[in-house]
Amino acid sequence: MRSRNTFVGAAFALLVGGMAQSVMAQEIKIGEINSYSLLPAFTEPYRKGWQLAVEEINAAGGINGKKLVVVSKDDSGKPADAQTAANELVSSEGVAMLAGTFLSNIGLAVSDFANQKKVFFLAAEPLTDAITWSKGNKYTFRLRPSNYMQAAMLVEAASKLPAKRWATIAPNYEYGQSAVAVFKKLMSEKRPDIQWVDEQWPPQGKIDAGPVVQAVAAANPEAILNVTFGADLVKLVREGNTRGLFKDRSVVSFLTGEPEYLDPLKEETPEGWIVTGYPWYSIKTPEHDAFLKAYQAKYNDYPRLGSIVGYQTIKSAAAILAKANSTDPEKLIAAAEGLSVPSPLGEITFRKIDHQSTLGAFVGKTALKDGKGVMVDSAYKKGADYLPSDAEVEKMRPKD
Amino acid sequence: MSVAPTLLAVEGLTKSYGGIHAVRGVSFQLRAGEILALIGPNGAGKSTCFDMLNGQNRPDSGHVRLLGEEITGRKPREIWRLGVGRTFQITATFATMTVRENVQVALISHEQRLFNLVGSAAKVARDEAGRLLELVGMGGYADRPCGELAYGDLKRLELAVALANQPKLLLMDEPTAGMAPRERVDLMRLTATIAREKSIGVLFTEHDMDVVFEHADRIIVLNRGTLIAEGSPEEVRGNPQVQAVYLGEGLVYDARHREGASA
Amino acid sequence: MAFYVVQFLTGLASAASLFLVASGLSIIFGVTRIVNFAHGAFYMIGAYIAFTLTDRFSGAFGFWGGIVMAALAVALIGLLVEMVLLRRIYHVPELFQLLATFGLTLMVQDLVVLIWGPDDLVGRRAPGFKGAVDFFGQAIPSYDLFLIVLGPVVLGVLWLLFQRTRWGVLVRAATQDRDMVAALGVNQKWLFTSVFAVGVFLAALGGALQIPRDAVHHAMDLRIIVEVFVVVVIGGLGSIVGAFVAAVLVSELNAFGILIFPKISIILVFLVMAVVLIVRPWGLFGKPEAAARRTPGLTVNPWRPLTQNERLAALAGLIVAATLPLFAGNYALTVASEIAIFVIFAVSLHFLMAVGGLASFGHAAYFGLGTYGIAFLAKMAGLPMIVCLLLGPLMGLAGAAVFGFFAVQLSGVYFAMLTLAFAQIVWSIAFQWVSVTGGDNGILGLWPEKWAASPSHFYWLALGVAALVTIALRIAVFSPFGYALRATRDSLLRSEAIGINAKRMQWTAFVIAGTTAGVGGALFAYLKGSVFPDNLGISLSVDALVMVLLGGVETVSGAVIGAIVYKALNIWLVSQTDLSKLVLGGFIVLIVVVFPKGIVGTLEMLLQRKRSVSPPGSTLLAKPIESAE
Repeated sequence: MRSRNTFVGAAFALLVGGMAQSVMAQEIKIGEINSYSLLPAFTEPYRKGWQLAVEEINAAGGINGKKLVVVSKDDSGKPADAQTAANELVSSEGVAMLAGTFLSNIGLAVSDFANQKKVFFLAAEPLTDAITWSKGNKYTFRLRPSNYMQAAMLVEAASKLPAKRWATIAPNYEYGQSAVAVFKKLMSEKRPDIQWVDEQWPPQGKIDAGPVVQAVAAANPEAILNVTFGADLVKLVREGNTRGLFKDRSVVSFLTGEPEYLDPLKEETPEGWIVTGYPWYSIKTPEHDAFLKAYQAKYNDYPRLGSIVGYQTIKSAAAILAKANSTDPEKLIAAAEGLSVPSPLGEITFRKIDHQSTLGAFVGKTALKDGKGVMVDSAYKKGADYLPSDAEVEKMRPKD
Repeated sequence: MSVAPTLLAVEGLTKSYGGIHAVRGVSFQLRAGEILALIGPNGAGKSTCFDMLNGQNRPDSGHVRLLGEEITGRKPREIWRLGVGRTFQITATFATMTVRENVQVALISHEQRLFNLVGSAAKVARDEAGRLLELVGMGGYADRPCGELAYGDLKRLELAVALANQPKLLLMDEPTAGMAPRERVDLMRLTATIAREKSIGVLFTEHDMDVVFEHADRIIVLNRGTLIAEGSPEEVRGNPQVQAVYLGEGLVYDARHREGASA
Repeated sequence: MAFYVVQFLTGLASAASLFLVASGLSIIFGVTRIVNFAHGAFYMIGAYIAFTLTDRFSGAFGFWGGIVMAALAVALIGLLVEMVLLRRIYHVPELFQLLATFGLTLMVQDLVVLIWGPDDLVGRRAPGFKGAVDFFGQAIPSYDLFLIVLGPVVLGVLWLLFQRTRWGVLVRAATQDRDMVAALGVNQKWLFTSVFAVGVFLAALGGALQIPRDAVHHAMDLRIIVEVFVVVVIGGLGSIVGAFVAAVLVSELNAFGILIFPKISIILVFLVMAVVLIVRPWGLFGKPEAAARRTPGLTVNPWRPLTQNERLAALAGLIVAATLPLFAGNYALTVASEIAIFVIFAVSLHFLMAVGGLASFGHAAYFGLGTYGIAFLAKMAGLPMIVCLLLGPLMGLAGAAVFGFFAVQLSGVYFAMLTLAFAQIVWSIAFQWVSVTGGDNGILGLWPEKWAASPSHFYWLALGVAALVTIALRIAVFSPFGYALRATRDSLLRSEAIGINAKRMQWTAFVIAGTTAGVGGALFAYLKGSVFPDNLGISLSVDALVMVLLGGVETVSGAVIGAIVYKALNIWLVSQTDLSKLVLGGFIVLIVVVFPKGIVGTLEMLLQRKRSVSPPGSTLLAKPIESAE
């Protein structure tokens, strides 16, 4: 997948790469960027997903007869490196469009690059609302349901809880701060009677879980909103379990139902949390069955949410390229706006108004089954139902 | 012969570390052009005393005056600006520079050009640096890396550096320590010649009594932090208290000194 | 009340692991003077191996045995690292050892993913310590109580080891005066190796003991290493008691900080460290660092300006570089611009390190302030690009003037740590103060104006500024100021005795370096069109250090080559492989061993040897330990 050239050869290529843009007429290239070295736990399943998609597309005759090639680059988790990669893909590899990214800041950096260089960019995983709204631009589309959409899905369930005293725990950076802000806003709209009694802002990746759990417990909330994830979440859950923080309290938690976050918890999985996620084991639709079968056959592993996102990113990109029948970015935008494509989770549409896809997420409750965390009572929430009104979106999004 | 003005006046200098008196009420004076030796057995407080004179160490009480101006407790760099040069027991030079550059840095500082960011340091006072090196007999070594010098040469370089600000007073802490006997005599003769020519007052500490008795105009003796004797070499040599302190060593030095003189 | 007691106990429990790791780092530094950046990596490997062992062997014996076995296994790895790698480089400048251990850290980060896979691993809970104890209605995890007891026990064991064994006496003696121990005829090789192994054992034990509380993952090392540095520095390098007190202090600060300042708890620790260092420059229990002796074999050839021919050669090189747009594509030009910008960044740090002898571990702060300067000026004030480029670096200047004033009061490792603390404070502000800086989402849309927008124009701009900066700093090196600054580095005693106010020289140098870094940052903001807190981050500061050391810290302009080689390699590797850290780390380790004076430094030495018949550098190849003071 990656060329293993000699150093000299590659140094030479680096130097003169710009000259020799020999894009073979029978290939269409997509440039793909993600944090493979920084976040392997999330990007490995993602990579498997898009590789499956490439295989399927080419087996079915490619894009209007041309072979689809994905050139993939690591961004080492840094926006600046992501831009270097984007530049290489566009200038040296001559890709038709950019796709990928996981972290919000990297998504934004590439989106800004795409806007500046007039390149089509399909953001795969970044959650920040800014990418389609306050910092949205003409060239950028996003696949995954945003922060706002996830918050809205959770609020729908959370507002039905009797709890009136709420506490929040969120990593202290843009993602955590905006997740809490949106959740609070939507929640307070539906339930003016609730009170916010405590907020904890552990530094991202450096939670000191014991004191945080103690502090939240001391505020004695009836319900807790959690936005932490990854290793922070593990620590929080372990301390919370030991200290009984979650006993007799409702917990609403962003993303925790995704296998990426739920599986490491194993027998520590807290029960009854209301979460967004991806219960691949209990989705019974023909589209998903087909995907699941193909994925398991190819990798002998079960899919994570990243697999879906990777798969659908390339599937969507291919559909856009096929419809546009051109690599001209303006034509790609025209093709993508309002385009509906099938996905393992049902048909999705890339909205014309803000370039957000209507891919949804599952909301359900966590449970412990055979020493593993699972989502139960889950239901798919269509993305289209959890977006603000068009007037509100237009207000937030800068005019092109 | 008119008496030269008092250059350095030390009065009641005292310093103690955690209850131990390193230096107790030491007072003495030094005239311009005079060469004064400060001697005493190990641990007598010589170095402490020395470090208080050029500001490296702050006295608990007492006064140090240079030409009547109070310099007690001022920083070494300020005291240097008033015309006090200093050499160290263990040489302190700039190892990554050439011999000439070592002197040039002192001259740059003397000419107050430390914050000149655009000039060429190599051109600053090149001739003056050369003259100073010639003066101490290091002219031929000017372009050698300082790090390659033999120890005796480093001592001579230090002297050149100490002379860069046209000092009125030179403080030399064991100027000949670590040198071969022949070099010691040479260096002190050189120092004495320069000092007398330029009317520089010199205060030095020294273990080698040959050097002390040959070159000092006057000697002060420190024991356990207190000044126990002061006077000409003959007076000091004859002082029974000094003899007691040195436990007869003085006689040995005396004898060797005579041998050295006759050799 | 019960709540505060429990909060306090929770803090104590966190302190235990921190203390284990910090004490190991402290001991290693005390004896070998190695700032062991890989200490976090050993902590992480300890956790991984403990996970595997406790997973495989069941029961209480399997668990506790697994923990101890893991620590011992990692100690063995440490032993090998010391014998195979570090032993070769004790004679090179101290910072080079830091570089080697940094290279190791990079390699380990990729290796653990290769061995254990990318997923977070959650280990077993400790048998017998699974639940919690009720304390007036508050739950205290029993494992916390175990850790609270363990901390002082380890402190006691270490104390006995140091007071009651011959080995301990030697270690203490070596910490105070290494020459003396050498003079006593002690086998230093053995002492260094054993100390390193013990230090690594403590780190690995600290990591292994985390598995019942934490998730094991491949970024654990970075999470702990900075905090451990903070603890060691607050406590005083080389002091075990200091490490203990500081670990408790830092952990309690975290525990209670979140109650009072929930949003700035991360800054709090660094603020305390900065205050401690300003008030007590050697940490709470530390002693003033003995003046660094010059290592034998290190006599540098005096610097000299380029000869006429060399100037022509440099000019020719610049002209060749300037013709790049004639045959290179846009991507190559953008990469070349980035390299030119990192040349600016590297030479600015090089000036501070090589001439001033001040190794800043937080130089990215001033680079990053330059980028944010552009962001504020261009986005908020809407000034034209040329004005922004001129004014943006002033942010770097202002930051360097304030922080530098405090930093130059210290020297050596303490200087390095204070600069690190300042950089972390600035980074935390940019990362967490979302309303002003946009947080980690940064500030976007800072693209260059038309005249500089094309890759070739921007490249010429970056190349031109890089050349100007390099020349200007070279002039400064050979100016009276440069000599006086170098004088303070060579001998503080002598420079003070010839009227040089060392602190003022160093402060000025710090401001010059910071402003220059700001110039680099200003260009970087336009190159990337956006500004992120990464631009202030530790990894960028470390990049700068690596570039300087790679070029050769004893050279006048080695950083230029160091920056070109490192940055080009870095960009190429990231583009070619997901395992860029493994390859880059291996490369750095190799460079340290093969080119102990950096690329340019080693080349100069070889040239020098060719010229002169009697090479002064032959000690380099002599038995390294013996010459390691």
